[in-house]
Amino acid sequence: MTELASPTTHNHPGDIAQPPGSAEKALSIANVSHSYGARRALDKVSLAVMPASFTALLGLNGAGKSTLFSLVTRLFGIQAGSIRIFGHDIGQEPGEALRCMGVVFQPRTLDLDLSVRQNLLYHAALQGIGRREARLAAGEVLSRIGLADRDGSKVRDLSGGQMRRLEIARALMHRPRLLLLDEPTVGLDVKARVDILNHVRSLAGEQGIGVLWATHLFDEIIPTDDIVVLHQGRVLADGKVARIIADAGARDLHSAFMHLTGIVPDPGELAP
Amino acid sequence: MSLNVVNAQPAGFSIAQYLTCLTGIVWREGLRFVHQRERFISALVRPLVWLFIFAAGFRQVLGISIIPPYETYILYEVYITPGLMAMIQLFNGMQSSLSMVYDREMGNMRTLLVSPFPRWYLLSCKLLAGTAVSVLQVYAFLLIAWFWEIEPPPIGYLTVLPALVLSGLMLGALGMLISSGIRQLENFAGVMNFVIFPMFFASSALYPLWRVQEGSPMLYYVCLFNPFTHAVELVRFALYGKMNWVSLAVVAGCTAVFMIGAMLAYDPSRGLSRRGPAGGET
Repeated sequence: MTELASPTTHNHPGDIAQPPGSAEKALSIANVSHSYGARRALDKVSLAVMPASFTALLGLNGAGKSTLFSLVTRLFGIQAGSIRIFGHDIGQEPGEALRCMGVVFQPRTLDLDLSVRQNLLYHAALQGIGRREARLAAGEVLSRIGLADRDGSKVRDLSGGQMRRLEIARALMHRPRLLLLDEPTVGLDVKARVDILNHVRSLAGEQGIGVLWATHLFDEIIPTDDIVVLHQGRVLADGKVARIIADAGARDLHSAFMHLTGIVPDPGELAP
Repeated sequence: MSLNVVNAQPAGFSIAQYLTCLTGIVWREGLRFVHQRERFISALVRPLVWLFIFAAGFRQVLGISIIPPYETYILYEVYITPGLMAMIQLFNGMQSSLSMVYDREMGNMRTLLVSPFPRWYLLSCKLLAGTAVSVLQVYAFLLIAWFWEIEPPPIGYLTVLPALVLSGLMLGALGMLISSGIRQLENFAGVMNFVIFPMFFASSALYPLWRVQEGSPMLYYVCLFNPFTHAVELVRFALYGKMNWVSLAVVAGCTAVFMIGAMLAYDPSRGLSRRGPAGGET
């Protein structure tokens, strides 16, 4: 397996001691390992997400993406390594770390029987945002995603794409500086996927939010993105997409991925 | 109309923010409860079956002498009403706690647990919210029972409230502790057989303890050490505007122990890891 050099911003394995500038990183994962009994799901994973960047976490199903998300969101306890969000260690200062973070989980986590607005207000309460402020913020995020006229509708009556947009809006209610999304476009049609992807990219570009977007879909990634390739619990490569393709000697990301993961040894074989 | 990034927030939370969080969680639980009418009805039917059928049948079999808090001879229906009130809370506590640990509510637990408030606080709020729902169910039961001539003194409806909150918390925390700690009890049938039925029958819910002692001294001691007995007695005394200090001490002590144990034992990875570690949930 090839370990590619990361040209600019990413931590290398072994980089546990945080260098002085590390507080600037939106998310910094260093040497994180996690096992379920005997099965090792993550093996010394290190990666970083910078503010105002869109970083794709690319991996097949079972690569360890969701485990990584569960660790970053404090759902699971950390077994080895460290995770920092804007310098706050998730184990030591979970409150401050979670405050900076908005999360969209892979499974739907909305209350289907409650209205759009009720879902948002519940989330605001969980962030300690008072009613009046929460109502304002709800109106704001709903108009951003074009659901302002649906605020009284039951979530059950929304389309899949609308639900996902609502989940993203909900994750932004408390104005986080880091947004985590775990395969957010699964099960959506092409148009909804493009809409959501564009929306999230604009959050990174216009509002300076650091985005970590987990996916197994190559067409969601563009050459200027940062990318981390996760395979069988290990980081095989990270850096700019164009650089990874070039380093692998491949023609596109798909064949570079196949080469890195050893699914197809010769990158030229898959090239069209 | 922009979501500009907020750079500096004060660390920690104010008391007002803690209260906002608590009210939010209870409010949501209440809304969900309103929307799940079947759950409400089944929670009511169970004790009413006991009251209308079982108690009516046993009225002639079991004679009840005058024991505190009662000041006169009472019908068997009157005797078992506090036991049935506690039973509502027992079922509710086990059901909601089980769903907190296992996957049924996992998605919702995720949104709860990514809240920046301390985890012990979030779980306590969740337990309180479950308790609030069980208290509503108990009052609905009492209303129907009133038409069945179960008429405690009016002040009893008020004095029973703190007792119900405490017993609801104890049973909810116990449910969470059990479902976090014992792997085999992952479905509700297991909990019914091994927790709910033994706790309910080996208690003073259906028969006064002095009668149990006549029949089996051994069982008497089991009942005496059963926290559910004390929940029932606490509720029974409070319903008649009286206080049972021993039961209060036992229930308060057990609540504290169960809650601390439940917070320590609660592990959200359990609901997930069983179905495939890498977030195999869909």
